[in-house]
Amino acid sequence: MILFLEQLLNGLQFGVMLFLMASGLTLVFGIMNLVNLAHGSFYMIGAFVAAAIVASSGSFVLGLLGALLATAILGIAVEMLIFRVLYKRDHLEQILATFGIILFCNEAVQVIWGKTPLFFDIPAALSGSVELLPGLNYPLFRIGVIGVGIVVAIFLYLLINRTRLGMAIRAGSSDREMIAALGVNIKLLYSLVFGLGALLAALAGVMAGPILSVESGMGESILILTFVVIVIGGIGSIKGALAGAVLVGVVDTLGRAFMPELMRMALSGGAADSMGAALSSILIYLLMAVVLIFRPRGLFNASH
Amino acid sequence: MPKQSYVSNPSRFSAVSQRLLPGLCGAALVLAGSSLLSTAVAAEPVKLGMITTLSTKGGYLGEDMRDGFKLAVEQGKGSLGGIPVELLVDDDAGDPQKGKQIAERMIKSDKIDMMTGIMFSNVAMAVVPSVLKDGLFFVGANAAPAPFAGKMCNPNYFNVAYQNDNMHEAMGEYLTQQGYKSVFLIAPNYPAGKDALTGFKRFYKGEVKQEVYTKLDQSDYAALISQIRADKPDAVFYFLPGGLGVNFLKQYDQAGMKSEVKIFGPGFSFDRRLLGAVGAAAEGVMNSSEWNDDLPAAGNAEFVQAFHTAYGRYPTLYAAQAYDAANLIGSALKQVDGKLDDKDAVRKALMAADFSSVRGSFRFNTNHHPIQDIYVRQVIKLDDGSYANKTVSKVFEQHQDAYVSECKL
Repeated sequence: MILFLEQLLNGLQFGVMLFLMASGLTLVFGIMNLVNLAHGSFYMIGAFVAAAIVASSGSFVLGLLGALLATAILGIAVEMLIFRVLYKRDHLEQILATFGIILFCNEAVQVIWGKTPLFFDIPAALSGSVELLPGLNYPLFRIGVIGVGIVVAIFLYLLINRTRLGMAIRAGSSDREMIAALGVNIKLLYSLVFGLGALLAALAGVMAGPILSVESGMGESILILTFVVIVIGGIGSIKGALAGAVLVGVVDTLGRAFMPELMRMALSGGAADSMGAALSSILIYLLMAVVLIFRPRGLFNASH
Repeated sequence: MPKQSYVSNPSRFSAVSQRLLPGLCGAALVLAGSSLLSTAVAAEPVKLGMITTLSTKGGYLGEDMRDGFKLAVEQGKGSLGGIPVELLVDDDAGDPQKGKQIAERMIKSDKIDMMTGIMFSNVAMAVVPSVLKDGLFFVGANAAPAPFAGKMCNPNYFNVAYQNDNMHEAMGEYLTQQGYKSVFLIAPNYPAGKDALTGFKRFYKGEVKQEVYTKLDQSDYAALISQIRADKPDAVFYFLPGGLGVNFLKQYDQAGMKSEVKIFGPGFSFDRRLLGAVGAAAEGVMNSSEWNDDLPAAGNAEFVQAFHTAYGRYPTLYAAQAYDAANLIGSALKQVDGKLDDKDAVRKALMAADFSSVRGSFRFNTNHHPIQDIYVRQVIKLDDGSYANKTVSKVFEQHQDAYVSECKL
């Protein structure tokens, strides 16, 4: 039971990381109709900038703020310089162009910071673990990550549902032409949304930095899952991103944790282990397929 | 239409050729003479092709391989064993297909004389057989998949590093020696991961609690760590190369597990560059390697110092292996006086391994893979706050790989 609870928390924490990535991506996809494969690059750049600032200043907060600011500015610059050209192109061209950006960013961080992964430790205040239940120790930092995810979810909910900007975003995701016709500065809106997406990706990157290896190409492993999340959640919907992220995080984690044991009930040792490993790695794609059969436009579809 | 008229009028054709013949002969003589002259005066440098991985996540590995090799060439002022060499290096990006293209280009258009390098086993499996088929010698400096040591062994293939299973075997032996009764095994779900655990189990005599194969792109190991905690094994052995290992070890330490269940791994996850990224999380961890910067072998301390002076960082295992590969090639070039045409002589010279390895005692087995000592090292913190390995004990003396009996050489 304790193990199950712990795995549930692990799944939730993983889901939060996915949510931070997916919320930005789904907005960009939903509102601008742009497939941005380079979203993972903002995640990576966030982690690298934070690691570099923490290494030189020793302050995690400074690293966090610096990374968010730098990545948001970079995001807006990339939107203005590159993506504006791509809005009218079809998805294949967008994929090619943004894939190019991935390659460029991966090599660029190697040129700037070298080929070895960077050192990025947990801030002292968040190191160690707390006893949530008797026998259930959980790392403080991961609890912090879950907390940040909840705060961001509330912030996005308020932003989208209670502000003028949010109204424009919602309108933009259901009918782009109409909102432009009504006189909303769509270019500015696009830049802001894109910057926000980049900032959220960087936030995920900064929180991943102490847990994961800060290295070139770190964005790609999370990017694929992020796409699964927004497909499950429904393109353009923040609510969907949240639901999809938690679902994928929990299913993936529990699958990896318990699938081999379930298999062992039916099969013998070695076969069960490899069968379990294989099944748990396709579990989220099965989940996606099932969701798409019953709700072809995802759990929450923004354009309705 | 002059061409047509030649064909229709054979007499005219022969007349032309008769007039041309002396001129052609003269030209041929001049050409032959000049080529004789050039070989006699300044010997063309021996062209060595190195395929390694310089971009992508694995890029730092290849960087060290290249720099270790280059150091030996620079120490010889552009020569190895007194024979001038030209080193061509190219990046396979960890992609077997790309490796094959580079090999073809190096052989066909650059006309290299010998090939070396290759970081990853999947690239080696794709590239090496075609290099050997073209009649070149291949001196491996890292990747050493089992087939090349066994059934697919080849008279012109040498590997100076190890056989892939060796470090894992050493850890299995060490855990048995130290009396760890049960172990939890972790490796990525790909061929090299399975080979690693097979190698470990070949020498581990205790109980294997679980054998977990993780996804190759998995970065979060929280679920796995919870599982280890619930399983309560005596020890954990993991093979997660590069960044995967950094992720795992950081998370293992953050979960407070390092003091609960001792953790062991092959030296790949504990070279000095990765230690810089992992930091305190690695302190105290035991790992296996055939080389370390503190080994007392003649020339080792000088190598470490020279590498640091040249590149501003400390060498890894990959640099040491490449340095040895360069010196092995140098010793062979010296013995055959730079003449690579006599394959038997070159083979004999390589096989003799008449060079001073920074690892100490080194010789080739009949399958052209090393017979060497393998050590256990511990990660320690140095006075300057950085982390390094300290050699603790020798696990294997004159160890040979498990596939040598399958090789008919």
